[in-house]
Amino acid sequence: MKTVIFKTIAPALTAIMVVFSIFVLLRGHNEPGGGFIGGLIAASAIAIYGIAVGVENVRKALKFDPISMAGFGVFIASFAGLLSLGQSFPFLTGLWGYIPFGETKITVSTPMLFDIGVYFAVVGTIGAVALALEEEDDDK
Amino acid sequence: MASHSVAQTEIELPAAMLELPTSVADWSIVFPVVIALMAGALLAMVRHSRGSQVGFSVLAVVAIIVIEIDLFFRVLENGPVAMTMGNWLPPFGISFVADVMSVGFALAAAVVTLVVLIYFQAEIVPRESRHGFYPLVMLLLAGVTGAFMTGDLFNLYVWFEVMLISSFGLLIIGGKKIQLDGAIKYGFLNFLATTFFLVGLGYLYGLIGTLNMADIVLIAPAAEPAAMTAIAAIFFLAFAMKAAAFPVNAWLPASYHTPDAAVSALFAGLLTKVGAYVLLRILVALLPEQRDVFDPLITAIAILTLIIAPLGAIAQTNLRRALGFFVIGGIGAILAGIAAPSVLGVAGATFYVFHAMLTMSAFYLVAGLVERVTQATDTRQMGGVYASNSLISIMFLILVFAAAGLPPFLGFWPKLLLTEAALQDADWWLAAAILINSILTTIAGTRLWAHIFWRNGREGKKSELSNDRLRELKAPEKTFALGASVALVLVIVVIGLRPNLIFDSSRVAASDLLQTENYIEAVGLELPTQANPTTGAPQ
Repeated sequence: MKTVIFKTIAPALTAIMVVFSIFVLLRGHNEPGGGFIGGLIAASAIAIYGIAVGVENVRKALKFDPISMAGFGVFIASFAGLLSLGQSFPFLTGLWGYIPFGETKITVSTPMLFDIGVYFAVVGTIGAVALALEEEDDDK
Repeated sequence: MASHSVAQTEIELPAAMLELPTSVADWSIVFPVVIALMAGALLAMVRHSRGSQVGFSVLAVVAIIVIEIDLFFRVLENGPVAMTMGNWLPPFGISFVADVMSVGFALAAAVVTLVVLIYFQAEIVPRESRHGFYPLVMLLLAGVTGAFMTGDLFNLYVWFEVMLISSFGLLIIGGKKIQLDGAIKYGFLNFLATTFFLVGLGYLYGLIGTLNMADIVLIAPAAEPAAMTAIAAIFFLAFAMKAAAFPVNAWLPASYHTPDAAVSALFAGLLTKVGAYVLLRILVALLPEQRDVFDPLITAIAILTLIIAPLGAIAQTNLRRALGFFVIGGIGAILAGIAAPSVLGVAGATFYVFHAMLTMSAFYLVAGLVERVTQATDTRQMGGVYASNSLISIMFLILVFAAAGLPPFLGFWPKLLLTEAALQDADWWLAAAILINSILTTIAGTRLWAHIFWRNGREGKKSELSNDRLRELKAPEKTFALGASVALVLVIVVIGLRPNLIFDSSRVAASDLLQTENYIEAVGLELPTQANPTTGAPQ
């Protein structure tokens, strides 16, 4: 799409959407959000950027192939399930740890790692589909 | 991983979860699925570097086979074992249950996958588009193994989706027009079947409030029988479609011949058998009372499938389409076991699934060799292969006899059990249909054999002229494609001559399926002490 307004606003919009998607991902365990919805937001960011600057540029900016990102997501999600092996718990048992950080504490857990995996899987899959569809448009 | 090291020092677990620690040995229940899933994910990440793909996927499948062999003998000796995910109590957590049937089938699936991976190396010029092959095969194996191992019906649906999506990808690798045509038919009918499955799941959950298989066994007898019968009917339709039983079998011969022979072999060995396995599990173990209601229908469908499938094979001229009908005929034999659900019948069906996985895959692999040698897919264009390549023709004939069930080949033993079960059940027509199926399959198979191997030249040519389109197998084809096929056929012959282990394990699998106490105990649910079936709630 060649309108000046859209081309100017798209990079900023993409950046905001990606940051927001990470926010949604991390708040997801106890509040609305999570890996799936975060991944969808990030994938829409990729799609918008693709419409504005062309698919080739998005692929360059992403560095990694979207399908590889999806594979990475599935891999670390499965890995998160395996972490409970050492603790004699069944597969996918959630393990929680707390790191003190000033007055508050940061929660790290295997469900979060799993959610990050879901995030990458969704970004990769939906991103690959969106870019493939936009490439079709570029050909015309 | 930061979370891991921290987690080791401080662990908080809510109450009302499992108390007992899970031993590392029990992890072999989930390892086959996890290894296949992670290997598929890794291969998808590096799918542009071809060199590492082959070695890594073979390594992963070998690891899966080793774990499953160990698990199989453990389960055979000590009965089913289960693991419920995430430390939740069953029936809330998703259980993976390994009994003889599920591990045995998963093992056969992994062996078939290994053979197909090696066979695929015969592809001399790998095209760019083939790079998705290895990750998709691993994900297909993950889906199939997950479907065999899971003890939860909704989780089963998820594994079916994994299977469907990866098989969809495999079906269209190469992107030929005929493949897209096959993929549409395959995809549409399978999506339809999956939708029926999902509808059935919704009704079942609405009615009895659980989808854990062990829990269903406990609660189902107390539920409204008419509604349960409707649910069983929906499941029966859905999985009969997945298994390609008559009259909902049209998608199979329309699609299985379109992709690469290696992919066809994988599909023939794995996909329909999962549908057949689920029919066994749901109708025999979970809803036996509803199965009794449908007994005449199942018997009729088994008879029709047994007889019509080989007739379809006789009518075909395309080699791999004809083989598709052999696959369907095997499903009829498995349904015969469900129609006569004594220990004998279910053991026969179990044995038959095992046999069909190996034999049908080998059949498609050998058909791929025939297509390579004759450079044709239609049997009318084939001929004279016996003179040029006797090894292929011997393998083909062995597989015809194994598929038909002639002694002493592998297919004879399950058919023996099934016929005996049908006779005990006084299903004369069923017993007759099993025998007629053997005769018709022999006719169809030997007809193919005569056309491809015995006849000198192609159809329409003078009989003394030899086939001028034959070519020699190239070196990599000889090593990988021929080698893998010979290995699989040898396995089939050896098991056919020494079937004792499979006999014994089939009997154990059948009695575990009919007497579900061991299964329920393994999952960790309490057995009802009196005749009060509503005590299916967790401890």
